[in-house]
Amino acid sequence: MMMTDTDPGKTAACETTARQRWLAILARASRGEIETLVGAALPAHEILKAPETGTVMVEGRAGGAGRRFNLGEATVTRCVVRLENGAMGFSYALGRDGRKARLAAILDARLQSEDADGALLAGVAQLAATQAAARDLASCKAATTKVDFFTLVRGA
Amino acid sequence: MYVAVKGGEAAILATHDLVAEARRGNESVPELKVAQIREQQGLACARVMNEGSLYDLDLAALALKQAQGDAIEAAFLMRAYRTTLPRFGSSEPVDTAQMAIRRRISATYKDLPGGQVLGPTYDYTHRLFDFALMDEGQSAIGSRQSKTVEQPDCRLPTADCLDSHMPRVPDILGAEGLMEAEAPPEGDPRPFDLTREPVSFPADRDVRLQAMARGDEGFLLGLGYSVQRGYGGNHPFVGEIRVGEVCVEFVPEELGFSVDLGEITLTECQMVNQFQGSKDVAPQFTRGYGLSFGHSERKAMSMSLVDRALKCREFGEAANYPAQQDEFVLYHSDNVEAAGFVEHLKLPHYVDFQGELELIRRITREREQRLAREQDTLPEAAE
Repeated sequence: MMMTDTDPGKTAACETTARQRWLAILARASRGEIETLVGAALPAHEILKAPETGTVMVEGRAGGAGRRFNLGEATVTRCVVRLENGAMGFSYALGRDGRKARLAAILDARLQSEDADGALLAGVAQLAATQAAARDLASCKAATTKVDFFTLVRGA
Repeated sequence: MYVAVKGGEAAILATHDLVAEARRGNESVPELKVAQIREQQGLACARVMNEGSLYDLDLAALALKQAQGDAIEAAFLMRAYRTTLPRFGSSEPVDTAQMAIRRRISATYKDLPGGQVLGPTYDYTHRLFDFALMDEGQSAIGSRQSKTVEQPDCRLPTADCLDSHMPRVPDILGAEGLMEAEAPPEGDPRPFDLTREPVSFPADRDVRLQAMARGDEGFLLGLGYSVQRGYGGNHPFVGEIRVGEVCVEFVPEELGFSVDLGEITLTECQMVNQFQGSKDVAPQFTRGYGLSFGHSERKAMSMSLVDRALKCREFGEAANYPAQQDEFVLYHSDNVEAAGFVEHLKLPHYVDFQGELELIRRITREREQRLAREQDTLPEAAE
């Protein structure tokens, strides 16, 4: 899981990793969160690939580690935009939200030319922290149901 | 045979109106929202996603609303919608070892690394009605029946999360060399896709697992049960059931690197079965595997029982029972196909039936004529 790090700009030297990280965070964010991050005024952008909903076949492995098999499909929406500075932004995320896809693609384009201490990266880091907190809460709730079973010895 | 008919447009339009009315029910009762079904009927949504073979909680909830809760009709809606979508490609195989665990139990190990985590389960409920759920506004959240046991408060910063390392139980047995190894075949080939290519028999395990993943829960449950009752001869243990979220990773061609598309909820069941071995190979436990969308452990368990039964050929066991016969299981597990063929009997078969009717009338007429002739000849024979 790549979500444990709450600072998406930290590994800016390794560009792919940083970009993969923010794409993962944006994919998990709600449309509302992404709208807030983009702000009221959309930057000028050209839509290279309009938001399109399709599917990705989800693969599993027999026994968790063996032969690959097709588990079933999941809905995915993608979008590609280009900003005036030429930066191309992509969005690929589960679900069918075309508006979210377009805004996330704009963010991806902007994030690529953002300084490491930029406000946008800070916003993404905030989203990551929120997502990590939600995950920790779920994990903690599960941990409250941890059990110790005792085996009763017959005839003892 | 079904022969196409024409006509009845007005009646069909009227039945569409009537089914909408039936679906809505009494208008003095507030209408269900799709989000309510998604949030409050999650197990039903999981079933529809599995049998519809499409992970999308909102669509599953919509399908259930539109189908008045008929799970198979809802799965049919999912399948039909899926055919309208382009497929971008296949994900990287999901890694269930990295699952964000919400539930994880083992019936084989009492103490296992990471612990037994009950999570949300009906297993230890008394199956008594909770009439408080009938009273609106009387939410039962957190109303524990017994408050005598002290529970940690998750809101506190000191609250403990689960261990980050939760090894899959068969992997623990595997490390001891006691479990049938599970490794990808040479070259880690792309799996067969039964939605795109016709299935032939004997079917390989990837085909069987895909068919079962989208197969009817009730059918697989019945077959799994038959295995337990002796029609298959396994002796299964639940090595592990785990429920939680996994990342779906996809490599878009234009990007060339893997993109994390978000998380889906999965249920995985690893069934441990009795040994196989020979004079050359030390005995090892054998595996049955089940994986399904959402929280759906009855489905995953049934699938893992039948998966092991269907491996009989690989282990040189006789295939004497239905659960061991891939052709039987795969041809009858798809409830959309099965419902289609069973329910098409409702459609007009007038021409076909007319033929049968004329045949039976002719046979009856001929029989009566023959009997009459015999009656005429009978007295002579007696004389």
